[in-house]
Amino acid sequence: MELQEFIEKFAAQFDETDASAFTPETEFKALDEWSSLTALSIISMVDEEYEVLLKGNDIVNAETIDDLYQIVKSKR
Amino acid sequence: MAYVDIKNVKIAGVAACVPSNVSENKETNIISKNEINKYIETVGVERKHWVKHDGSICTSDLCVKAAEKLLIDLAWAKDDINVLVFVCQTPDYKMPATACLIQERLALPTTCIAFDVNLGCSGFVYGLSIISGLLSSTNIKGLLLVGNTQSYYASPEDKSYYLLAGDAGCAIALEYNTVKQDVIQLNLKTMGAGKDFLIVPDGGFRNPVSMESFKMKEYEKGIKRSNLHLHMNGIEVFSFAISSVPKAFEELFEYFSIDPSKSDYLLIHQANKLICEKIRKKLKFEVERTPTNIKDFGNTSGTSIPLLMVTNLKKELETKPLNLLCAGFGIGLSWGTARITTDKIVVPELLFL
Repeated sequence: MELQEFIEKFAAQFDETDASAFTPETEFKALDEWSSLTALSIISMVDEEYEVLLKGNDIVNAETIDDLYQIVKSKR
Repeated sequence: MAYVDIKNVKIAGVAACVPSNVSENKETNIISKNEINKYIETVGVERKHWVKHDGSICTSDLCVKAAEKLLIDLAWAKDDINVLVFVCQTPDYKMPATACLIQERLALPTTCIAFDVNLGCSGFVYGLSIISGLLSSTNIKGLLLVGNTQSYYASPEDKSYYLLAGDAGCAIALEYNTVKQDVIQLNLKTMGAGKDFLIVPDGGFRNPVSMESFKMKEYEKGIKRSNLHLHMNGIEVFSFAISSVPKAFEELFEYFSIDPSKSDYLLIHQANKLICEKIRKKLKFEVERTPTNIKDFGNTSGTSIPLLMVTNLKKELETKPLNLLCAGFGIGLSWGTARITTDKIVVPELLFL
C-alpha cells in the first residue's frame, strides 16, 4: 500500500477541507471539519479499501495521517 | 457456538406502537445547521418519536397498546396466552418485573409465565429465541413484547445520542404449532468486554446514585453528560457492528446451509444509516430488499426489526409467505442474526399513543 494513495482516500472523506491540507504530517483531528462522523467514514474506508478494522484507540493514538497509515499497514 | 434451531413454533402476528410526540432533529440547537445536515445525511435520523419525560407514557404502555390490538385482530382468547416475555431496559419500576404488571393489564390468566429480559438492541432476536424455546415444547400461545423509551437516557447536551435515540414498543404473537411451523434459526453472541461502549454508569448497585451522579461533564465538543445518561462510544460501536454482524451472518449461513440470495428481505437493526449500509453491502443485498425506517423513527433499540415489519412490510407479510434475515446488535455488547419465515401473518397499522 502507498502513502500517497492512502492520503487521497483519506482526503476523500472530507467535504469542505481543501485537498492541499492533507499531507503525511497533517494532524487530522485538529482540522475544523473533523468530527466523530468523519471518524466513522475513515474506519469505513479503511475497512473497504484495506480490509483492516480500526478501533477507537487507533484513532485516539494517531496524531498525523502518517501515524494512521502506519497503524493500517501494521494491521494488514 | 450458540446456534438455535426452533421447532413447532409459528409466528402469528406483529404490531408496533410509537409515542405521537415527535422530536425533530432539524429543530435542535446542539449543533450548527451545517452539522445537522451532515448528521442527517450520514446517520440518517431526521426525527424520532419521544415520550414526554414525566412518566405519563412508559414502554409498557406502548407494548400493551400494540398487544391489545394484535390480540383483537388475531381473535385470540386471552386465556390461551401462557407466556409473556418483556424485553426492555426502561421498566416501569426497579422492581417488580414489568411483565407481571402487564399480565394484569392485559388480563392474561394467572397460569401465564411472565418475566423481563434486560437487553437492548439485540432484544428482538434474543427474545424470539427465549419465547420460542418455551413454546416449542408446550401447547400454548405467547406474547413477546420488546420496547424501550430510551430517550430518557439521552443527555440534551449530547449530540451523539440525543439525535439518535427513538422510543417504540411492539408485540409479537407466537404459538405452538406442529402443522404450520415457521423456520426460526438463530446465531446469538455476547462480548461483555465492550460493556463500556454503551452504558449508563450510575444508578445501579455497582455505582449507586450520589450527588456526583448528576454532575454534567464535557467529554468532547458537543458531548456533555452526567453519569445517569447513556454514554455511547460511537466509534467503538461502529467498528464492532461493521465487523461482527457480517461475521455472525456468515456463521448462520454456513451452519444452517442458508442461501441468502433466496431470502426476501434483510432486516437490519436501525442503529445508524452508515452501519446499515455497510452491513447491506457486505451481504451483497440490494437496497430494495433492505428496508429502513431510521429517517422517521431513529434508533429504536430492540424494537427496530418488528417496527420495520410494520412500517415497511405490512402488506407483504399479510398476503404472502416471506423468508427474512434479521440482525440485532448493540448494548452489552450483545448481538444475534436470524433467519425466520412467516406465512400470511396479522399486522395491524402502526399505532400511536
